[in-house]
Amino acid sequence: MPAVSKGDGMRGLAVFISDIRNCKSKEAEIKRINKELANIRSKFKGDKALDGYSKKKYVCKLLFIFLLGHDIDFGHMEAVNLLSSNRYTEKQIGYLFISVLVNSNSELIRLINNAIKNDLASRNPTFMGLALHCIANVGSREMAEAFAGEIPKILVAGDTMDSVKQSAALCLLRLYRTSPDLVPMGDWTSRVVHLLNDQHLGVVTAATSLITTLAQKNPEEFKTSVSLAVSRLSRIVTSASTDLQDYTYYFVPAPWLSVKLLRLLQCYPPPEDPAVRGRLTECLETILNKAQEPPKSKKVQHSNAKNAVLFEAISLIIHHDSEPNLLVRACNQLGQFLQHRETNLRYLALESMCTLASSEFSHEAVKTHIETVINALKTERDVSVRQRAVDLLYAMCDRSNAQQIVAEMLNYLETADYSIREEIVLKVAILAEKYAVDYTWYVDTILNLIRIAGDYVSEEVWYRVIQIVINRDDVQGYAAKTVFEVRALQAPACHENLVKVGGYILGEFGNLIAGDPRSSPLIQFNLLHSKFHLCSVPTRALLLSTYIKFVNLFPEIKTTIQDVLRSDSQLKNADVELQQRAVEYLRLSTIASTDILATVLEEMPPFPERESSILAKLKKKKGPGTVTDLEEIKKERSSDMNGSAEPALNATVVTTPSPTEDLLGLGPAPVTNSPPPPPTSDILLVDVFANPAAAVAPLAPGSDDNFASPDLASSEVVSEEPADTVHDADELFHKFVCKNNGVLFENQLLQIGLKSEFRQNLGRMFIFYGNKTSTQFLNFTPTVICSDDLQSSLNLQTKPVDPTVDGGAQVQQVVNIECVSDFMEAPILNIQFRYGGTFQNLSVKLPITLNKFFQPTEMSSQDFFQRWKQLSNPKQEVQNIFKAKHPMDAEITKAKIIGFGSALLEEVDPNPANFVGAGIIHTKTTQIGCLLRLEPNLQAQMYRLTLRTSKEAVSQRLCELLSEQF
Amino acid sequence: KCNTNTQSEWKKSEDTQQQIIRETFHLVSKRDENVCNFLEGGLLIGGSDNKLIYRHYATLYFVFCVDSSESELGILDLIQVFVETLDKCFENVCELDLIFHVDKVHNILAEMVMGGMVLETNMNEIVTQIDAQNKLEKSEAGLAGAPARAVSAVKNMNLPEIPRNINIGDISIKVPNLPTFK
Repeated sequence: MPAVSKGDGMRGLAVFISDIRNCKSKEAEIKRINKELANIRSKFKGDKALDGYSKKKYVCKLLFIFLLGHDIDFGHMEAVNLLSSNRYTEKQIGYLFISVLVNSNSELIRLINNAIKNDLASRNPTFMGLALHCIANVGSREMAEAFAGEIPKILVAGDTMDSVKQSAALCLLRLYRTSPDLVPMGDWTSRVVHLLNDQHLGVVTAATSLITTLAQKNPEEFKTSVSLAVSRLSRIVTSASTDLQDYTYYFVPAPWLSVKLLRLLQCYPPPEDPAVRGRLTECLETILNKAQEPPKSKKVQHSNAKNAVLFEAISLIIHHDSEPNLLVRACNQLGQFLQHRETNLRYLALESMCTLASSEFSHEAVKTHIETVINALKTERDVSVRQRAVDLLYAMCDRSNAQQIVAEMLNYLETADYSIREEIVLKVAILAEKYAVDYTWYVDTILNLIRIAGDYVSEEVWYRVIQIVINRDDVQGYAAKTVFEVRALQAPACHENLVKVGGYILGEFGNLIAGDPRSSPLIQFNLLHSKFHLCSVPTRALLLSTYIKFVNLFPEIKTTIQDVLRSDSQLKNADVELQQRAVEYLRLSTIASTDILATVLEEMPPFPERESSILAKLKKKKGPGTVTDLEEIKKERSSDMNGSAEPALNATVVTTPSPTEDLLGLGPAPVTNSPPPPPTSDILLVDVFANPAAAVAPLAPGSDDNFASPDLASSEVVSEEPADTVHDADELFHKFVCKNNGVLFENQLLQIGLKSEFRQNLGRMFIFYGNKTSTQFLNFTPTVICSDDLQSSLNLQTKPVDPTVDGGAQVQQVVNIECVSDFMEAPILNIQFRYGGTFQNLSVKLPITLNKFFQPTEMSSQDFFQRWKQLSNPKQEVQNIFKAKHPMDAEITKAKIIGFGSALLEEVDPNPANFVGAGIIHTKTTQIGCLLRLEPNLQAQMYRLTLRTSKEAVSQRLCELLSEQF
Repeated sequence: KCNTNTQSEWKKSEDTQQQIIRETFHLVSKRDENVCNFLEGGLLIGGSDNKLIYRHYATLYFVFCVDSSESELGILDLIQVFVETLDKCFENVCELDLIFHVDKVHNILAEMVMGGMVLETNMNEIVTQIDAQNKLEKSEAGLAGAPARAVSAVKNMNLPEIPRNINIGDISIKVPNLPTFK
């Protein structure tokens, strides 16, 4: 007996569906549908009350019509009526309709919510299930508002049926995903964690999904789940395949649950408890071992399920990144999969290996698979897989294999799918620059790139090659020779981008190859000019600039060039830009003396070093996460080898150097000047400012900590009007930069105290509101406000507090903090309440500052100065010289630097009076290394503070924050 | 020739939904047999975090759109469980069953996936639930009486005209609005 008996449907519905299917044309179908809609409408509007069956039938028809892609604008009311039916079938169709065709009509929503509420309270598991499904499928904010408080109770109640528990867990998860602020954390969280021990594996699976998501945002609250998850996993992994009965899928014990548990564990670092850690390692080893065992079934489902668990285990190993042994085994396992006949496995292996490549333990192991990956690039039939291969090659590239990888990528580019060409171009350009030992190789690579995939070479790529050629003397001659070659400018179908690069380079360095009769000035000029008419206006403009540069470089062809400029096609060109250039250049070449020409048309000064604009573009294309991580690691590895041409360090906005723009400024002097060279660290170290007289500062005990002046803001706060002034209370705010606990604000009514802790990019702050009066505060609502800018870089989650605060009582509020990226401002804490008859409104800055996410880094003197030198780009350094605001006491200063979050490095600075510190700012997206140096000058009662970090904004902010401390 | 059973979360306009289904079908149907079962997400399905994971059964494609919180192979297995369950519930399931019993198909799927999240993966458990629902339905049909009997009379005169496993042209079955896996 099949579970669904085919005849029991509704006759009218079956007839209708058959009719539709018999329609010969779209028009006939629409006609039939309209007829049916009219029929249903009249039935619904008719005087005769419809019975449940008819309602169900018509609603079903509407549903079918909707699924065919037609609008349905009525019937909602009838569906809602079905919800309150006592018959399962009618109720079920009602819910189905509501779930599929949600309507934002508020009156309807009220009715729907009412029906759901009744069903949730019905204690009938089937009805409860339907209601929970509906909430989860709609998942709207209104639903969350109505039910987010109710569902946790159902979830943890002792008498709830397993199937309802399962639905409740996922329903809550869905609401948390759509409206996390509406799901209150509370006592239920600890009981949810214990669902991991539940008898029913379906309940455990649903609970694991829920906990995984909740734990990502509230790791502290759910950290007990780690040991429970490990022991559950261990029980599954070591069970015989029959132990779990129905949850064994093709001989694999509970594969979905295993995957979920392994996902959950990826929310946390490796367990600290050695016993738990040992057990987990055992599990992972068992999973890896099982992969080597002969399959228990030939069915693809068996290997699929087994490998799903295996891949998740490997992800966890990579996430922990702490067990070299496991990492290498994972890598070998993936290596096997790279050659597997199942395309899916090859795809997933390439994907996982990409993350593995960035672990220092396994980078080398990944590299051994290079031939296989290159082969995949050449032979895979599936573009999804080839794309993964390109990603992996990019990730495994380092100095030792760059030439090979770049060559292979270039090869592949010739036949690559159009959809991924641009990305490959960017990757080749970045790798070529990053690992260029020999800049002739770099120039060759980029020119090849333009030749092979000119259309996909974005502006950034050819700007970059010009920047590098301009900045490096040793490659200029080679570049000029290469662009001139047969394969480049002389090729019959040379790409316009190549004309741009060629024009620019020959204009600057054409003289370097003019000695060769095969590339005499006239030949160079004629070659370029032969392309002129085929090019777009911007390229022509660039070529005109090249011509005027030639006038300076090669006086012997001046008249030829003047003739060209003078021709009607130039002087009377319809394009204003071209016409203006022609006129001005012609005039310039006629009247200016050789000296003036030489000055005006001097070789371009070097471009300031900055992040590769290409890298910025790739980041934009791929989203910040993926590329940055890779870059951070690559940076570490390669920082020593790229010399001055490898900036890729800070993320400042790059102004693309438009060659034409710079040339056009026809002023009497070169337009762009290179910035003054950054001071080298040597100069800094012997600087006069670093006063060698190591005097002892006068002691001023307690200058740091006695801040709580109770009446600081009392007079300004109490006001009738809801004035929205922010109590800067800057002084108090700054106290918190170097400490985590204390009183943030106090007036006659209210005291606000803080206690906070931070770890890596996460933190938690407890705010204590004390009512100093003997009267209740009513409607007490504290709100943490982040500006739009801040919102994207700082995730704050608060829980609402009780709106009533009794006289003399204290309430507590928790703020969970996640730093996503570096930020400047501080969030604002706004507090509103009624006291007596008056409305109080006040705001204070909440001292969540960038330095809270510091992790101190100890390093030797040698390391420190090596890194200091690496961060020598002028934008990476921010310096402030300021007058001491407090007595200059060395011990207090040290305490403050440690409080600031960085490590205080002793015996690093040659001058013992100076202070140096180092640390890493952790944000979710990236980590930023920071070095600082504070040089006191006792005689002048001044300090000089220097910050060097890989990011300008971070240097700036840290310098501001720390300067206020001394 | 192929039907797309697409689950998509977007509660935007119906147009967008139809467009997603069309494009997904277009993408999936032109892929070879032995390529991988994963497709990188385009903008249409919500950006690069989302993937299309599909399986091909005779003339049917089952396509799931999932985000990175799900295991790819796990979802392939889930599709298999779904199809096996359909097969059990309908006895030799064919396309027509899916067309004429959209609501039942939806019910079965709802037992496995809820609000876009995997609810139950154990086929026996799912079938038990569906059975229980059918029993309820039966008992209610007994009360309602006539209509159900009329249906069974029609059953034999109406449906057999249409051969099973027919090529049903361009009609697609869609089960939209079952949200994606999250």
